Amino acid sequence: MYAYDEIDRTLVNERVSEFRDQVKRRLSGELTEDEFKLLRLQNGVYLQLHAYMFRVAIPYGTLATNQLRALAHVARKYDRGYGHFTTRQNIQFNWIKLAELPDALADLAKVGIHAMQTSGNNMRNVTSDQWAGVAPGEIEDPRIWSELIRQHTTLHPEFSFLPRKFKIAITASDHDRAAIKIHDIGLKLIRNEKGETGFEVLVGGGLGRTPFIAKTIKHFVHGRDILSYIEAILRVYNQYGRRDNIYKARIKILVHELGIEKFSREVEEEWQHIRNSSLQIDDEVIEDIRSRFSYPSYEKLPHMPDELRQAAADPDFEAWRKNSVAPHKVQGYSIVTISLKPIGKPPGDATAEQMDALADLADKYSFGEIRVGHEQNLALPHVAKRDLPALWKALDKLGLATPNVNLITDIIACPGLDYCSLANARSIPIAQELTRRFANHELANLIGRLHINISGCINACGHHHVGHIGILGVEKNGEEVYQITIGGRADEGAALGTLIGPGVKFDEVADVIEDVVEAYLALRERPEELFMDTVKRLGVEPFKERVYATR
Amino acid sequence: MPLVKGGKIVDDSFVKLAVDTPLPEGGDILVPAERFVGEADVLLKRAGKVGVIWPNNRDIDELVPYLGKVATVALVFPTFRDGRAYSQARLLRERYNYRGDLRATGQILRDQFVFMLRAGFDSFEVKKQADAEAFMQTAKRYSVFYQPTGDGRITALHRRMQLRHSEGVGT
Ligand code: HEM
Ligand code: SF4
Repeated sequence: MYAYDEIDRTLVNERVSEFRDQVKRRLSGELTEDEFKLLRLQNGVYLQLHAYMFRVAIPYGTLATNQLRALAHVARKYDRGYGHFTTRQNIQFNWIKLAELPDALADLAKVGIHAMQTSGNNMRNVTSDQWAGVAPGEIEDPRIWSELIRQHTTLHPEFSFLPRKFKIAITASDHDRAAIKIHDIGLKLIRNEKGETGFEVLVGGGLGRTPFIAKTIKHFVHGRDILSYIEAILRVYNQYGRRDNIYKARIKILVHELGIEKFSREVEEEWQHIRNSSLQIDDEVIEDIRSRFSYPSYEKLPHMPDELRQAAADPDFEAWRKNSVAPHKVQGYSIVTISLKPIGKPPGDATAEQMDALADLADKYSFGEIRVGHEQNLALPHVAKRDLPALWKALDKLGLATPNVNLITDIIACPGLDYCSLANARSIPIAQELTRRFANHELANLIGRLHINISGCINACGHHHVGHIGILGVEKNGEEVYQITIGGRADEGAALGTLIGPGVKFDEVADVIEDVVEAYLALRERPEELFMDTVKRLGVEPFKERVYATR
Repeated sequence: MPLVKGGKIVDDSFVKLAVDTPLPEGGDILVPAERFVGEADVLLKRAGKVGVIWPNNRDIDELVPYLGKVATVALVFPTFRDGRAYSQARLLRERYNYRGDLRATGQILRDQFVFMLRAGFDSFEVKKQADAEAFMQTAKRYSVFYQPTGDGRITALHRRMQLRHSEGVGT
C-alpha cells in the first residue's frame, strides 16, 4: 500500500477547494456549460443520460480498506447505493447531484482518493497489473513506478490540454494483466544486461473507432530517464497531434500517420534535449516512493495447509478455488480474484454493503488491501491459504463467490444504453442474457478460458476488439445491431478480433454466441485446446459457416 | 480585455497590428509572426517596443534568433482547450532561456492561471474582468507541485527529500 503524506494530501485538498469554487461558479451562471465542461471532466464528472456520472480514480488498482469504505459511503450517501467498477481501474457512480459533488470529493480526499484527470484530454489514471507486488516472477513492484508517473502526470502544466485523452499502463510481468498494448503508452518493466531496471516503451495502442496495437518505440529506457522519455513523447504529441478532428486526435493516429520510425526520431530528438534535466530521477527519489509502500509481514506458512486439504473434498469450494485462486510469490499465500459477475447481474457493479463487507474481509484476510483489475473484478492480494475456505464461505454469503473468473460468464461490458449518452445499443442486458445462458458451471468449465467483451458503441469502453469474442453494438435503421468478432486478446499477445460476418439483432446475440461456442467445442482438437488456440489454428471461416449457415 | 502583469491589472501599452495595418510612428506594437519575420529589420529599428504574436502551430525555433530583441512574446490559446502554447512557453523559458515578457492571449480564463504561471507566462490578457480581478487569489490556489518546470518551484519529490534530510532520517 502507498501512503499519502502531507504533501499529497494538501494537493488533493487544494484540488477539492478549487472544484468547489468551479461548481459554485457554474451554479451561479458565472461559468457557461462550455467552460465548465472541461473543468468538470478534469474532475471526473460526465453528464450522462439520466444524471451526472462521477468517475473516481483507483491508481494502479490498489485500495486500502478505509478507501473502499469511503467509496461505499459515497455510494450510499450521494448515489443509489452502488458503484460500477470499470476497465480503467476506476469506479463510477451514476446518480450524483452536481451540487453535492464537492462534498463527495471532500469525503474521498480524507482517505487519499481523488477523481483528478479521470476524464478530459489529459493524462488519465495510471493503470497497472492488479497483481502487482504479489505476482510470482515479476521484475519488481510496478506500482512504485506507477506512483512516480501518477505524481508526475497530475496537474501537469504542459499536458493538461492535450489533443485528446492519454492513458499509460505499466506491467512488470511477462504475462500482461495491464493490457499495455492497447494504451497510448505501454510500459514493460525489464532489466538490461547490466541488471539495471528500465522499460520497454510501447506507444500508439488503443481501441475505439480506429483500433491499434501499440508498437515498441524503444527497447530499453533506463528507469532514471522514464519521466523525460514520457515527457518527450507527450511534447511531440501535444505539438503534432491532430486537433482538427476529434476522431483522429489520439496519439495512435499520429504514430500511424507519421510511421513509428519518424515518430520515434522526433521523440528521440526532443528527449536528447531534456533527458539530463531535472526530470532525471535519482535512486533516492525512487527509494523514497518505495519506502512509502508498505508490505505485509508475511508468516512462514506451509505450502499445503490442512484447512485447504480438507476443504478440497467440497466440489463447490474446489470449483471456486480452481478459477479464483492464483499463486502468490510468498509460499503459503494466494491471490484471490473476486468475481463481480454474478449470473444475471450487470458486470462490475458492487453495492455499498458488499464494499463494506469486502473491506472487513480484506482486513481479516488480506492485510487490509484490495485490488481492482481491468476485467471489472476485484482481488484480495495476500490471502493465507489456510484462510481460503473461510474466506470462500464469507464471500459466498455476500454473493461474491461466483466461480466464473476467466470463464465465459466473466464478461466485460460497458454500461451501454442503460446509462451512456453515446451508446448505440444495450450492453448490460446482453451480458445478463449471456450469463444466464452459460450459467451451468460444468458447461462453462468445459469451455474453459474464454473472454467475452461487449461495447455499446464504437468507443470500445468494453474493449470488444480484444475480447476472445467481441460484441459491438451499432445502430442500423433505428435498430440495435451487434457485430461479432473473434480472436482478440488484450494480454502480452494482444491482437484485434476479426469480424465473423454481418451484424445480428439484439434477440439473436445469445444464440449466435452459443453457436460460436458449439462450433469451438466441435472443432477443438483436444479439451486443453483453448478457444483462442482453435481460432488461431482455423481462422474465422468455420465459425462464420456455423453461425450464418442457418441465418 | 484586461491585462494582468505582476499579479495586477495594468494598462496595455502595446497596440496590436494586423498584417497590413500601416506602421505607427511611435509607441509599442505587437505584430503577428509572419509580419514580424518578414519586416524584422524595419520593425526593430523604430522607436517603441516591439512584441510578436506567435501562433501555436508555428515552430518556436524560428523565433529564437530574435529573442534578445523583442519586448514581449504573445502566445496564443485559440480556445482554452488547445494546450500547444504551454509547450511553446516552456521551450522559450527552459530551452532558450527567454527572460522577457511572456504573454498569454486568446481564451484566457482563471482556471488556467496556475498552469500558465508554471509554464512560464507572466502576463495575461484575461477574457473576463472578474477573472482578472481574481488573479492573485487563483494563482495561489496550489501550494504543492509534482513536476519540475522552469518556474523554479520546488517539487513534491524534492520537498520530501528536504524534509527527510532535515529530520535526519535520510537514507
Ligand atoms: C458512461 C459513461 C462513459 C462515457 C461517456 C464514455 C466515453 C468514452 C469515449 C468517448 C471513449 C473513446 C475515446 C477515444 O477513443 O478517443 C471511451 C473510451 C474508453 N472507455 Fe469509456 N465511457 C464511459 C464509460 C466507461 C466505462 C463504464 C468503462 C469501463 C467499463 C469505460 C472504459 C473505457 C475504455 C477502456 C476506453 C478506451 C478504449 C480505447 O482504448 O480506445 N468507459 N469512453
Ligand atoms: S462504449 Fe460507447 S456505449 Fe459503451 S460506455 Fe463507452 S461510449 Fe458508452
